[in-house]
Amino acid sequence: MNEYFILIVTSLIMGTIGRLLMMKVDYRQYPTYPQSFLGHFTLGIIAAGLGAVAIPAIAEKEFVAITFLALAAQQFRDVRNMERQSLDNIEVTELVPRGTAYIEDIAKAFEARNYLALLTALGTGIGYFTGQYLKFPILVRILMGVVLGSIIIVGLKQMLKGYSIEDIADVRAAEISFEGPLLTVAGVIIMNIGLKESQKIYKEKGTAIEIIPRHEDAMSILANIGQRQAIQHNASTQLGIRKDIDEPDFTPIARRNPKNGNVVMAIVTMEPNVDCLVEVVKRTPVLESSKRKALDVAYTSKNEKLGR
Amino acid sequence: MDFGITEFIIAVVTTNRDVVSSSITPVFYANDDEHKERLALLIAKTTRGMVHDLESGIYVIVKH
Repeated sequence: MNEYFILIVTSLIMGTIGRLLMMKVDYRQYPTYPQSFLGHFTLGIIAAGLGAVAIPAIAEKEFVAITFLALAAQQFRDVRNMERQSLDNIEVTELVPRGTAYIEDIAKAFEARNYLALLTALGTGIGYFTGQYLKFPILVRILMGVVLGSIIIVGLKQMLKGYSIEDIADVRAAEISFEGPLLTVAGVIIMNIGLKESQKIYKEKGTAIEIIPRHEDAMSILANIGQRQAIQHNASTQLGIRKDIDEPDFTPIARRNPKNGNVVMAIVTMEPNVDCLVEVVKRTPVLESSKRKALDVAYTSKNEKLGR
Repeated sequence: MDFGITEFIIAVVTTNRDVVSSSITPVFYANDDEHKERLALLIAKTTRGMVHDLESGIYVIVKH
């Protein structure tokens, strides 16, 4: 055991650091709460621990111990389930719901971050053990482990980064107008608002945006209902929505212009500021489940058929 | 899970007796536009419904 003590500790620390680094760039508002933080931190340590003991197990020719990693996979699936359930449970308490697609995306992100901790620990272990195999001095071994671990952290972090709306579309302020009782933004009818009082509030305090997709793939991403729900949720939680449960008039709805795929949304916030609204919408993540490459697939399969 | 009837017209508020006839949905006849506005607001607040304007003096309150 003594032989592997430093290897395991180095791997454990590197894996935990990997998880901690991802904690910083977590979803705004969630889960920077102390309880969730501690929970995920501990799970990160466990994940790193599982990765750390894999290399010593192989070195000792205890190949059965690799089934440990299967246990880890099971454990991370539970992390995903736990996140999904807890977000599902609080969904009814949100004025503007997150939507199932967004919840699924957040849950998947948590699972993936645990894999990052495990792989980092595993990589660090491999680096250290290679040094040990080549009979390098102990400091060089640690350095090798840390370097390999860091490469994995940076690489995976880059991979997990994902896109936000500003990468795929232009967002600009738009004008709210009423066509009789119909709330209209940039020529797209959003909904029918009967009460004169509500119409007045929309005219006075309402802000609106128009999202213009840059390419066809972006168009189909923005058509996804889950993606639009995520935009509505982010805008209303981050800007503070002016709505209560008995005021469905002020529910923000992102509607699509069927002619050109643009998405428009009107929202009444506590302090109307259209620049902030544009910024928030730009920073909304593109959900993994809404990613489409429709044209790509259609084009390639057509070419395949033609034998090109 | 939240159960309930949605996408359903809860009530009709109108100043125009000639246009609306209903056997299921309650119809409220208002004296003038101001009264219509007030009635619609009260019903919407009570039922958490949303007021939609069908023009020609008719409001429907819909549960979404």
